[in-house]
Amino acid sequence: MLSIRNLSAGVENKPDILKRISLEVKAGEVHAIMGPNGSGKSTLAQVLAGHPGYIVTSGEVTYLGQDLLSLPAEERARAGLFLAFQYPVEIPGVSNAYFLKAAVNERRSRQGQEELDAIEFLQLLDEKLRVVEMDRSFVNRPVNEGFSGGEKKRNEILQMAVLEPKLAILDETDSGLDIDALKTVAQGVNRLRRPDNAMILVTHYQRLLQYVEPDRVHVLFDGRIVKSGGKELALELERKGYDWIREEVTAGEPAGSSVAR
Amino acid sequence: MTTTVATAKDRYLAEFEALDRRGAFRSPSWLAPFRRRAIDRFAESGFPTTRDEDWRYTNLTSLAATPFRPAAPSPAGVPAEALERLALPGVEWARLVFVDGRYSPKLSTARPLPGGGQVASLAAGMITDGDMIERHLGRHVRWDRNVFAALNTAFVEDGGFVSVPPEVRSETPIELVFLATTPGVVAQPRTLIVAGLHSRLTLVERYVGITDEAYFTNAVTEIVAGPGAAVDHYVLQEQGAQAFHVATVHAALGRDSAFDTCEATFGGRLARTTLTLEFAGEGGRGAINGLYVVGGRQHVDHHVTVDHAVPRCASRQLFKGVLDGTARAVFNGRIIVRPDAQKTDATQTNKHLLLSDGVEVDSKPQLEIFADDVKCTHGAAEGQLAPEALFYLKSRGLGEETARALLTYGFAHEVLERVAVEPLQAYLDRLLMARLGSDRITKEIV
Amino acid sequence: MSTTAKTLEALANREYKWGFVSDIEADALPPGLTEDVVHAISAKKNEPEFMLEWRLRAYRHWLKMERSAGEPKWANVTHPPIDYQQIVYYSAPKRTSDGPASLDEVDPKLLETFEKLGIPLSERKRLAGVAVDAVFDSVSVATTFKAKLAELGIIFCSFSEAVQNHPELVQKYLGSVVPYTDNFYAALNSAVFSDGSFCYIPKGVRCPMELSTYFRINAASSGQFERTLIVAEEGSYVSYLEGCTAPMRDENQLHAAVVELVALDSAQIKYSTVQNWYAGDAEGRGGIFNFVTKRGKCAGRRSKISWTQVETGSAITWKYPSVILQGDDSVGEFYSVALTANRQQADTGTKMIHIGKNTRSTIISKGISAGRGNNTYRGLVKILPRAVNARNYTQCDSLLLGDRCGAHTFPYIEVGNASSIAEHEASTSKISDEQLFYCKQRGISGDNAVSIIINGFCKEVFKNLPMEFAVEATKLLGVSLEGSIG
Repeated sequence: MLSIRNLSAGVENKPDILKRISLEVKAGEVHAIMGPNGSGKSTLAQVLAGHPGYIVTSGEVTYLGQDLLSLPAEERARAGLFLAFQYPVEIPGVSNAYFLKAAVNERRSRQGQEELDAIEFLQLLDEKLRVVEMDRSFVNRPVNEGFSGGEKKRNEILQMAVLEPKLAILDETDSGLDIDALKTVAQGVNRLRRPDNAMILVTHYQRLLQYVEPDRVHVLFDGRIVKSGGKELALELERKGYDWIREEVTAGEPAGSSVAR
Repeated sequence: MTTTVATAKDRYLAEFEALDRRGAFRSPSWLAPFRRRAIDRFAESGFPTTRDEDWRYTNLTSLAATPFRPAAPSPAGVPAEALERLALPGVEWARLVFVDGRYSPKLSTARPLPGGGQVASLAAGMITDGDMIERHLGRHVRWDRNVFAALNTAFVEDGGFVSVPPEVRSETPIELVFLATTPGVVAQPRTLIVAGLHSRLTLVERYVGITDEAYFTNAVTEIVAGPGAAVDHYVLQEQGAQAFHVATVHAALGRDSAFDTCEATFGGRLARTTLTLEFAGEGGRGAINGLYVVGGRQHVDHHVTVDHAVPRCASRQLFKGVLDGTARAVFNGRIIVRPDAQKTDATQTNKHLLLSDGVEVDSKPQLEIFADDVKCTHGAAEGQLAPEALFYLKSRGLGEETARALLTYGFAHEVLERVAVEPLQAYLDRLLMARLGSDRITKEIV
Repeated sequence: MSTTAKTLEALANREYKWGFVSDIEADALPPGLTEDVVHAISAKKNEPEFMLEWRLRAYRHWLKMERSAGEPKWANVTHPPIDYQQIVYYSAPKRTSDGPASLDEVDPKLLETFEKLGIPLSERKRLAGVAVDAVFDSVSVATTFKAKLAELGIIFCSFSEAVQNHPELVQKYLGSVVPYTDNFYAALNSAVFSDGSFCYIPKGVRCPMELSTYFRINAASSGQFERTLIVAEEGSYVSYLEGCTAPMRDENQLHAAVVELVALDSAQIKYSTVQNWYAGDAEGRGGIFNFVTKRGKCAGRRSKISWTQVETGSAITWKYPSVILQGDDSVGEFYSVALTANRQQADTGTKMIHIGKNTRSTIISKGISAGRGNNTYRGLVKILPRAVNARNYTQCDSLLLGDRCGAHTFPYIEVGNASSIAEHEASTSKISDEQLFYCKQRGISGDNAVSIIINGFCKEVFKNLPMEFAVEATKLLGVSLEGSIG
């Protein structure tokens, strides 16, 4: 589904945050990307989603056979790519309902499907609200305005539920959540897993991965994928901390292009 | 430029003298000396120029140069499209309609208020409630300092008159519609609203133009809120594309009264609103909200003054402007706190959203504070649509145009949210949507 | 030019006729302003031709303005009309023998202030106009300092010296930021300016110390019509301190100074002013009219100019340090604390004109009004259509001490394109009873408590002052506010 080959990217002041990353994600898989602060985790998420503040200096990304990097952000979204933001922005004056209905219908019309009217949409929404255990009151509030940290994250998952993406990238969805909120979010994410979609979980801690079990875990360090493994890798990281990785890397483990399998 | 302005002045002066000679100003007799002083005031200074601080950013040369004339005494019938625009969907309110400044009983539905209250044309009110009108008309608005108000006072003929008796609560809104149908006409409606002790009232003023050619509306509205009264006031300005719209609103607030006003501006080639909130009694509360959505070559100017002349009053202002094309917006928000007006709580926020590079904004939020135990803040911001927010929407599949329209809608909606009258809010939403020109948004937001 | 030659000749003759030549060492010209007076000033200073020409053009322009509109009347201050023909436009440097013979003869209140501000004895004498016994001391200090600067190629001297020794620099930059056509007082100053500072920092040089007017010999007499020019070449840096915290007394009613700053590519100029115009008496009698045109031009890319000022005192102050952000990516800053007490009036603020691309400006203005003072902030942020991606942040806060004073803000924000962001916030408040009680409860009371709270209020501005100035400014605020809290 997603094939990243030798991707290097960054921002104007620092063009090499990501250094020749390669990654393969197949349908039905859940991959976790872990790493210390500053490793480039969020950069990867933003670059895949097409954030205009980032510049790709080299490499290719293929998504469902298409050249992802050549598509503008909204086209990537319409092709089924979803980013759950680490810091969801507030949009005062625009209610969740309007926003989602506009997004849903935009996508449906592009795919030649009939658009939903208000009633049909609310029915869809009710169904999805159950997935994330949220109630109707969320729907009429302006997007993320006055939401607590946990509510913002749940709102991201609600949107994910409504938009039914093929590839969902969750950028530190667990940060700032207490244990109960985390469980709710994790449950929601699990309910959305299907054999024909895939997810990339970007996270600093191992906590989320206890509830949303990944198929593959990769460790990002200083812009490179330095280690890959199964879900046990996450546990090992939890026990040993990122210093373990740091030592290994500085001790001269092969850096350069790292390929995650 | 001086020559044009001087000639324009003479035209109005000549018109005044002509009307005076014809005896148009004979009754009511108490108004005659007022008119005379007002026209003298106008004659003294003529139309303001950009050298006057209050008109520094708004050029009146075109307005002054155009030879507008008052509407014919009995105007031709009102075209069908005007009638269509009249009614707000789903409402059954008392409505007074003025066509080119003249009251049209045929198009109006006056409903009397309980307890002897009045909803009538000003001309009718002069006969039935002459004393009350004499007590208030021209005694609040500072026409000695406001040339357009002086001009309006000199030519007072008709407009709205609403008087709500003490303790009476008028639950349904009262609507005044000022319809402009004829090019080349100057209409000077004068409205007086008197809300008695502890009364409640919602008033909607609509200025609607159905011609795309130039005309001039010079309106003055005086609102007197008695002790404990609560007045909700809305102004919807949908003037024609080439119209000149100058409006003066003066609200005098008594002890413990509350005044909420919302000014929504969409039309006109040049629109200037001078709004003054005067706290005349302690414990008063005022909220002023404004939204203007302009594009093309529109010029919109708001001059707002909140005068905390007495202690313990609170005022809040929120003005938002959306500018596109090569439009220009001027905002001057003055908060005055006079000596001894302690415990004043005043805030003002003014934000502009600039959508295209040819726009210009001139903003001057002013504070003049003479008392110390006060809380006064103001904030102004000019900017664009936040790139992060745009990206967020695009990451959900919304295209550039839709995303921009949605964010712009969100920006403007903060003001519209405060419109407590539901059908009015819905109508304003639609007007806003039409302006934003995004089909997607129009479809989604019903 | 033959006209000039003829004029000079005529003047020379006239001078002789009036006995000027013989009096050239004498005190002053008679009051009044005429073209002859301009000639005389230039002659006394022995200026090259270009300088006289410039003065004359400025004078003629001033005359035109005076005859048509007169002096500007829009400031929010009131003052009796100034008779320009009653002012003496040139007086020779005061000889030290004219001053008080010793500190005993100096106003005790003045001495008290010196004490409070911790000014060393020799300084006090100099500032009070007392003959400095150890002339050697102050000369030697200044000499060592100048030598160090000379090594780096930095020029720092009086304006008069600069006209003599570096005429090409003066000619290149004089009037390039504030042309004499700019305003009434600028024209007047350009015609009759007496002296001031000149500072030039060559490419890539970082001036190692704060340049201060303390180190200018003859500082005492610079007086009414000061002219200052600071030029920072590519990649250079200079921090300049103007004024001093010691009270300035002056019989001169009118001060019309002009300060021009020019910053080339990547250069940075920091200009700090701590000015205390001595109140004299509590009624504010002896008010000085302080009209200053201060402007910086960020001519080069990535250049930066910061104005920091702390103003207290009885002057009627009319000054708007401004920055023209012409170079792309240039930055302008304005930090100000203005204190008005008793019956003082201040009308001050700044103008930030955004012309180049990606320019930024920050304005932080703190006004403190006490007694019956009136404090007005007047600012202009103008973003021209071609100044794409400009950013401005303005914060104006007023603190009112007492209920008989006034604080006003009149900010003008003019934005001409859709890619810029301008934000403005203003607030007015007083020292709350809660704050005072909190201090009292911790054993701090009265003036000290007020002092602490006010210093907190002014913190954002003070932190931009060079260290020594910051310390003095803090003390100054305390001294000025003494007894203001009723």
